[in-house]
Amino acid sequence: MEHLSYRHAVRRRATGSKRKALVGVVASGNLEVLVERVLPDYMCEVDIRTAAAGFGEIWRLVVADFVERRSPGGLKLSINDGGARPDMVSLRLAQAVRAVEGGHL
Amino acid sequence: MNSDAPWWSAHSWFGASARERVRGLLDADSFEEFIGPEHREMSPHLRVFDLPEQFDDGMIVGRGLLDNAPVLIAAQEGRFMGGAFGEVHGAKLTGLLRAARDIRSMPVLILFDTGGVRLQEANAGELAIAEIMRAVIEARLAGVPVVGLVGGRAGCYGGGSLIAGCCSAVAVSEQGRISVSGPEVIETNRGVEEFDSKDRALVWRTMGGKHRRLIGGAEMYADDTVPSFRDAARRLIERAPPMNVATLAAEQYRLVRRIERFGACADAVDVWRSMGATEPQAIPALAYQEFVALADRLEEPAHEAR
Repeated sequence: MEHLSYRHAVRRRATGSKRKALVGVVASGNLEVLVERVLPDYMCEVDIRTAAAGFGEIWRLVVADFVERRSPGGLKLSINDGGARPDMVSLRLAQAVRAVEGGHL
Repeated sequence: MNSDAPWWSAHSWFGASARERVRGLLDADSFEEFIGPEHREMSPHLRVFDLPEQFDDGMIVGRGLLDNAPVLIAAQEGRFMGGAFGEVHGAKLTGLLRAARDIRSMPVLILFDTGGVRLQEANAGELAIAEIMRAVIEARLAGVPVVGLVGGRAGCYGGGSLIAGCCSAVAVSEQGRISVSGPEVIETNRGVEEFDSKDRALVWRTMGGKHRRLIGGAEMYADDTVPSFRDAARRLIERAPPMNVATLAAEQYRLVRRIERFGACADAVDVWRSMGATEPQAIPALAYQEFVALADRLEEPAHEAR
């Protein structure tokens, strides 16, 4: 298992007031994202445990893209990964923010 | 589809996640989870094998309302490690059942979706199965209905099927399979002549929901939708038999009779024929309503067993 962690300063706080949400499942090619509103409004942290070692650079790019697009201020996103592809990871990250912001999935 | 209908009203139970099943089964927004994923109570064993963990260890437990009546509920996520029982996964269900035993007034729903014991946690998993079976019996002795619902991807195999066998009542859909040994296990141990695991039609008619309903392994047959399982859960809670000597004697009698009546049958189709089905070979293709009518007609009379 490889452990990766990324912290970003972000432009604005994620909307809504839900404290936490969970999306996805740990299975082959899939991942779960637990999102918790526990950080200062200008911070975002993505913490990853993955079965596929050696893809740190791709994770870094996917997370940076996600932070730029969604500005998930105040959120800590914890990931258990079963070897998902980058497109699936992007989808789940977006879904997680949507879930904690209170929108429809 | 009516756009005002809730999202799950046409949702396949088979295709839904464990969390979607729980949400759709209970009254809207009534679910309250115990030891949720944010507690990170994960398996202590998987990391030894360098395997990925899941925050809820594949078991969701909590309470909610079913038609405004409080219930306890447990659901297995069949996609995480095949819904298999490990130490934490099992302990969450054991704790829920012991709470039910002590509270006495809240029925328990168990949404099975499991291949059995998680091999990486062999001894802890086997112990969990034994503890859960004891806890089911203790809850039932305290007068608590424990209802199993089977219709997920992983079916209900191994230790999961033993727990289902201890429940007050079980509902199963066509996609739900209930068996102690899985198809591949039987073939490996007894040879392809005994059971060809690649013959999917054989697997479905031997372990699938229709056969289980017909021979009495399940009390109700559900359609593969969330509302159908919700309806089955409600009805089975109401008609749960008491856990007493008379019920156990009736169950023993029923099992002895089953071997007498069907022991010589080589195939499920032979069983259905000897039960009185006029076109047994047509049963696998029957639609939901037709099959429910047939099963009600063929049901054994002495059915107050369990």
